[in-house]
Amino acid sequence: MSMEFLLATGIGWIVACGIYLLLRGRTFTVVLGLTLLGYAVNVFIFAMGRLWSGAPPILIGDGPFADPLPQALVLTAIVIGFATTGFVIELALRSRHDNGSDHVDARLASADDAHAGSCAGSDAGVEPRR
Amino acid sequence: MSALLPETLMQHLPVLVVLLPAFTAMGLLLLGDHGGDAHGGHAHPRLLWARRIALASVLLGLLLSAVTVAQAAGGALAVYRVGDWPAPYGIVLVVDRLSAMMLLLTSLVAVPVLWYASGGWDAHGRHFHAMFQFQLMGLNGAFVTGDLFNLFVFFEVLLIASYVLMVHGQGGQRFKVGLHYVVLNLSASALFLIGVALLYARTGTLNLADLALRVPMVAAPDAAVVKAAALVLLVVFGFKAALAPLSLWLPATYAAATAPVAALFAIMTKVGVYAIIRVHGVVFGPEAGASAFTVEPVLLPLAIVTCVVGVLGAMAARTLERLVAWLTVASVGTILVGVGLFGSAGWAASMYYLANSTLVVAGLFLLAELVASQRGDAADRLEPASPVAQPALLGSMMLLAAASAAGLPPLPGFIGKLLMLEAASIHGWQVAIWTTLLGVGFLTLVGLARAGSILFWHVRDDLPGSPAGASPKLVAATMALLAATVAMSLWAAPIQRYTAQAAVQLLDREAYARAVLGESGLATQTTRPYRFPATPATGAGTAASGEGGK
Repeated sequence: MSMEFLLATGIGWIVACGIYLLLRGRTFTVVLGLTLLGYAVNVFIFAMGRLWSGAPPILIGDGPFADPLPQALVLTAIVIGFATTGFVIELALRSRHDNGSDHVDARLASADDAHAGSCAGSDAGVEPRR
Repeated sequence: MSALLPETLMQHLPVLVVLLPAFTAMGLLLLGDHGGDAHGGHAHPRLLWARRIALASVLLGLLLSAVTVAQAAGGALAVYRVGDWPAPYGIVLVVDRLSAMMLLLTSLVAVPVLWYASGGWDAHGRHFHAMFQFQLMGLNGAFVTGDLFNLFVFFEVLLIASYVLMVHGQGGQRFKVGLHYVVLNLSASALFLIGVALLYARTGTLNLADLALRVPMVAAPDAAVVKAAALVLLVVFGFKAALAPLSLWLPATYAAATAPVAALFAIMTKVGVYAIIRVHGVVFGPEAGASAFTVEPVLLPLAIVTCVVGVLGAMAARTLERLVAWLTVASVGTILVGVGLFGSAGWAASMYYLANSTLVVAGLFLLAELVASQRGDAADRLEPASPVAQPALLGSMMLLAAASAAGLPPLPGFIGKLLMLEAASIHGWQVAIWTTLLGVGFLTLVGLARAGSILFWHVRDDLPGSPAGASPKLVAATMALLAATVAMSLWAAPIQRYTAQAAVQLLDREAYARAVLGESGLATQTTRPYRFPATPATGAGTAASGEGGK
């Protein structure tokens, strides 16, 4: 029971962190949020095959078997998530380059700094336009 | 029609419609493109070859999908077991009347749009043709698959291709909106996986035919999980289809995309509608036991709100492309009203209206760019500007498209709406549905009439006129889409008969399950994939042996 509790709260915590980061204004944190959300979903799919300990996902002899299907599903989801993360990072870089701002709404760096002057990460995130 | 292809090809037809664009896309990638030149390379030999290969491929795809429709019209379900694994364990592709119709519709949109894109847009970025084919692969795959996880995979294929197509042509605005589009879609994909995993946890299967049999067996307390899964999936499909609270991304995205891409995206919202019909209409439909009609209380009201929001957005739009994008939202709302009626008559009307509205919206997106290119600096902004070079031609095309979108009598938009009004006449929400559909039709007409009169009549003579008209190729491609809607009106009776049969076929879950799973698959059913016995060794062993083959 404790393993289920640990896993469930763990997934919940990662999802909460992911959603928080997803709602930030900078593309970098948004990508991090998406990645965290992806991890949480992957563990969730895995957990939906139930938690077995010491049970192989192969049919040998008799005895408890883990369900191999969610593991296969997770593998597919990981591959797709990896590829799309790579793409979204590239797109964010390109948007930053073309719009001169790494804000998700492509607000200009100067206007944004005035708006969120005390934001700790603002000087690191918005370097002057090359 | 089926005599056109040899017997071996006919057997593999369901997978051919997916493989054809896939191999074409790979071939186009191997061919390479015209290099990194963003604004030029129109006559590059590689680009010319890419155009020829891509056009030949979509024409072949049109032929294949027409053959598929001819076969499906007989009522037989074409089941294709990939790798010949038995049904609930392997991946199956299933083509019924609805799938075949969607395949044909995709091809009917793809051919003119690709022809139009070959008029110059494909040179404004790299690998346009390869991405276009990957998009078609994803679309066709989503329409033929009989497995929920496979549907997710094909969704991802078509989305990844659409991310690239969305930013085709480049520019700051496209990258900004493209980023929103990608992030929103990735979040929706995460939800899709959650919904799929929840369904699997309770039913132990993801095969749609098997799900349709197992969901009714889930008894009341456990049904809450299955219902939650259904509602999570409604959020995902509703997002793709642009259902009301989730439709606000669509106008900015479609208006920012290049015209041929926006026209192709007209079919993308319909993938969401298709998935709603397949999953919520059939699996969670009338016979789903404790989970029956899970989404009915939300789908119809949201669809009505979508119609209203869409048409109000169209009235407020300040550019022609935004107006067309908002009309896309309104048309999806109208289609989902029919889906929300949960009956064969409503679904038949929906399918007819879906085919028509996809063609009209795609045609309108292309037309919007033709008009914009002749108005100088004003482009597609709805404000007085210099007169277009071909007022009579573009004006009458606009009139035709507007009449069809608004649903004026001789055109198919009218027939679709009439069928829907008729289907709603015995529904409890009749007054709301009739008021919405008729009001939306009227306001669509007002919005398009306002746009048309500004674009074509309210011209400023002090500005220099446009020097040249559009190239005949672009006009012909746009005309082809509009002509297809007129054809839908001329052959309304057979098409309407087809959609009516398709709706009846959807509701026949027994026949679907028998075709996909076979008689033996029907006999061995368990409600729960896992048991939690006191001693894990015995119970788990028997439970897992049922699943182990997957």
